[in-house]
Formats: sequence, structure tokens, C-alpha cells
Amino acid sequence: MASDQARMLEAARAERLWPRASRWAMALGLAGAGLLLAFPLLFQTSFSHHMMILILMYALMAQSWNVVAGFSGQISLGHAIFFGIGAYSSTVLFAKYGITPWVGLLVGMLISTFAAIAIGVPTLRLEGHYFAIATLLIGSSVQIVFQRWDWVGAASGLYVPINRTSPWFYLQFHASKVPYYYLALAAAGAAYLVVWKLRRSRFGFRLQALRDEPDAASSLGIAIARHRVMAFMLSGAMMSVAGTLYGQYVLVLDPERLFSAEISIIVLLMTVLGGTGTLWGPALGAAILVPLSEFSRIWFGGTGRTIDLIIYGILILLVCMWRPSGILSVVEERVRRRVGASP
Amino acid sequence: MSLILEARGLSKRYGGLTANRDVSFDVGQGEIVGIIGPNGAGKSTLFDLITGFQPLDAGRVLLDGRDITGLRPDRIAALGVARTFQKLKPFPNLTVTENVIVGALARTADMKSARDAALEALALVDLLDKRNSFARELSTGQRKRLELARGLAMRPRLILMDEVTGGVDQRTIPGLVDLVLDLKHRGLTIVTIEHNMQVMMRLADRILALYAGRRIAFGKPEDVRKDPAVVDAYLGTAADAA
Repeated sequence: MASDQARMLEAARAERLWPRASRWAMALGLAGAGLLLAFPLLFQTSFSHHMMILILMYALMAQSWNVVAGFSGQISLGHAIFFGIGAYSSTVLFAKYGITPWVGLLVGMLISTFAAIAIGVPTLRLEGHYFAIATLLIGSSVQIVFQRWDWVGAASGLYVPINRTSPWFYLQFHASKVPYYYLALAAAGAAYLVVWKLRRSRFGFRLQALRDEPDAASSLGIAIARHRVMAFMLSGAMMSVAGTLYGQYVLVLDPERLFSAEISIIVLLMTVLGGTGTLWGPALGAAILVPLSEFSRIWFGGTGRTIDLIIYGILILLVCMWRPSGILSVVEERVRRRVGASP
Repeated sequence: MSLILEARGLSKRYGGLTANRDVSFDVGQGEIVGIIGPNGAGKSTLFDLITGFQPLDAGRVLLDGRDITGLRPDRIAALGVARTFQKLKPFPNLTVTENVIVGALARTADMKSARDAALEALALVDLLDKRNSFARELSTGQRKRLELARGLAMRPRLILMDEVTGGVDQRTIPGLVDLVLDLKHRGLTIVTIEHNMQVMMRLADRILALYAGRRIAFGKPEDVRKDPAVVDAYLGTAADAA
């Protein structure tokens, strides 16, 4: 028995640390990456670019939400806060002080990180539903503040001043949407890379542990509250990037829209549909919902906004019935089971 | 024998219910101390008080003579104290190896060495063949061994085990007993809650007997087993104990 274990240990230690991507997964990944890089060349309509920009932005936003929910196990209903902070940071700095939105992007991330601490430290001690309720209420309070705050334009919001002299410096492109596409692709790509690394890091493992069983996690030396706050900070910074990009893309900041609970909830729905806690689930959710919402807007006009949510509700219902952990969860598990498969 | 753990006058009440009242005991370096007592005697609460999961109403906990009373559970764990839970708490959505890696990460930030430490701990508890299963797919006995491996991967100096042999099928008990003795020989200090008296007599160097939250005996297994208060409270009538 003992030698049996010794032999098995020998074999297990020789195994790879992480599952090797299967051949077809590798091919699929390369094809997908190629397709994303070449997309503006393959599809040249402004509408297709617009759609992909939205998908990429939402994929980034949903991934941000996934960092908190999928890894640390806390349901945030206030993620629009960071989205709004990102948009306002870059726009206020540019409109009032002429500072490039690139700096605004970083400042937004920084402010969002601090906001995450300010919100997270008192609320992340709350369990489950209480954190969700707290973030929902804080989210709508922040919205009200921005709607009344004259310095940032109150309810009428802000415009990003048009400047056609140096598009990459001012981060606004008026001739084509293609630069926005690549910006969104780069931002989303970076976020997915970060989460990919996170899943293989000590921090990521500890988050998943405390998500599953907080008591067991703390018995293994994990400081629960600190880890939750850190995940919230990372998530807030990611969401803020999407906010800045969105502000530069639409060039109009409307607090009604930026801080809306709808944004907080849509990123939740996308992630839950695609697979909470998985790497690609949020992207899949975004790739399903964004076209659904855009096309229903086209087909049904102004009322499209509700039709898409009805269809989406049905989708979520179906997922909850057959795959409560999201579409991609099954693929994910199959991969993780395979760690020892190839020597 | 130098003391690794000292509990002094631990008390805990939940509303009108006394879970522990003025419980004192100590654990020497390399020793196995067993805790016995009928259901509701306050055994698991005692673990919660020592490891910081429940705040104490009164009393002190000393680790290596250092006062750790009131420290958070993760701080106490970081000082080298591992524990298992009576109500098992594996990480269900992590694989067996991943579960144990979380324990090993208390000692290292390097994933490769954490994985290797995890595999060693799994070999120790004879669970290597299940390493790529998800924790939720394991049987109760396997989950107990998983929890043990997870704690062991932290390389603790002291481990508190809550009913390792409880709810496990009879055939695997001798293996578990050997495992605990093996851990002792590796220098680990162990406090174990155990219902199975036969197992306890084989394992324990000293036994702490609790009844209704109080300590009724503490000492060598033979003495505790014969102690009239223990016989009365725990083993039923004197005739049964003989």
C-alpha cells in the first residue's frame, strides 16, 4: 500500500501543473484570435464595428463583475459605480483641464480602486444578500450624487469636447470606429489575460477557496475580508477602463445611463448565462446579449429594449433549469479534471 | 515536555446555553490529546474557541506561551495551527488537488511547490487516486481524509481533528488510526475529538473528558476511563465500563 502511494506520488509529481490545451482548443483559440484581429477588415460596415465594440466592452465589464462574483463569491449590484467613475474621471480631466484621456483612464482606475476600498471595507463583511443589497443602494446613491453635482454637469451630464487634431492623444476618432474597436479589443484582451493569470495564482486560488467555504478558508490562513476587498479593487479598476472607453466612444456622459442599475444587472446576467467563475463565460454572455439587444432594437424600434430583456430572461431561465452554473461551466470542469491526463 | 497549547478557563455561553465553562487543559509538544464527551458536551465549541472561530466569554488561549486569545482564525492558522471541521467543509468546486493546494499556499506562493506539497499530503492520507475529482464527488470518508490533507499541507505544528473516524465505514478506521500515529511520529502535535473509545485508547497520550461544557477529567487514558465521573457521565453505568 505504502509503496503503491509512493509510486503514484512519483507519477503525480511528474505531471503538468496545468492542463494542456487540447489540439482543437488551441486551433479554436488561434482562429478566434485571428478573427478578432482581422474583424474590421473582414466586416467593413460601421454597424458591425459598433456591435463588436459593444460586445468587447461588455465582455470586459462582465469579466470585471465575474472577478467579484465568480472568484470571491460576492454578488455586487452596484458595478455601474465604477463604470461611471471611469467615464467621469477621463472626461472631467479632459473637459476642464485638457488632460489626455490616457491619464484620465489611469486616474479613473485609481479612483475606482479607492472607491472599492471605501465601499468594500464596511460592506464586504456582510454575507451574501446583504452585500448585494448594500451595493445596490450605494449604486443608486452615487447616481443621485452625480445627477445633482453641478461641477460635473448634474443631471444633464458632460460632453467630451471635440478635438480632431490628434486622435490618439485625445482618444477620439471621428472618421472611423476601427480605432475604438482595437482599443476595446486591447482592453478586453488585457482583462482576460489578468483573469487567466489570476486563476493560476495564489490569490486566485485563495479567492475560490473562500468563495466555496469561508470558514475552511480562514482555517487555512486566508484573511477573508482582506481578500474580498482586494478582489473588489481589481474588479473596480477593470470596470473603470470600460467606463473611460465608453465615454470616449459616445462622447456624451449621461449619469442616468452611466450609473444605472441596468448596467450593474446586465453584467450580472451576461456572466451568469456564460458561466460564473469561468474565464470565457462573461465573453460568451456578452456575445449573446449584445447582438440580441441591438437587433431587437432594430426590429422592434424603441420598444426593443424590453423585448431583448424578455428574451434574455427566458435564456436565463433555461440556463438555470439545465445548467445552473452557466453554459461554459461544463467545458471548464472537463478541462480541470484533465490535469494529470498528459505526462 | 514543553507545552505547545494551554487553554485556561475557557467559557462560552450561547444565550442561556452553556457550551463551555471554565475548561482548562494543556497539550505537550508531540503529544496526542483526545477529547471525549457525549453529544453537546462542548467538544467542537472548544475547538472553535481555540482556533478563533468563536469569541470567548472568558479565559485565555496560549500557543507556545504566547497569548493568542481573540486572534482571527487565519492569524492562528498562520501560527501553525490546523483544524478539521466536524461538519466537513471541502471546497466543492475545486478538485481534490486544488483543495489541498489552498492549504499548501499558506507556506509558499509558488504554485509548483504548493502542488508538490499538496500531492505529498494526499499520498499521506491515501487519496492520490482521487486527485483530479471534484471535492463534491467524494464519499464522507474521502472528504475527511481530504480535510486532513488540506490541513497537513499547511505543515502545521499542531492539528485539531474533529472526529476523523466518525461516519467512516469500519474497514477504513484502522488505516486512519495508523495515519494519526504516523503523523505523531513525524513530530506533529494532535488534539483529536473522538467518539470511538477503542480508537481513543489506542491513540491518546492523555484524555480530556467533557460533560455539559465542563471538564470532568483530564489525564492518562486508563485513569480517565476509570474515573467515576466519566463512567457516570459518558459511559453510562459503572457495569458497562468494566
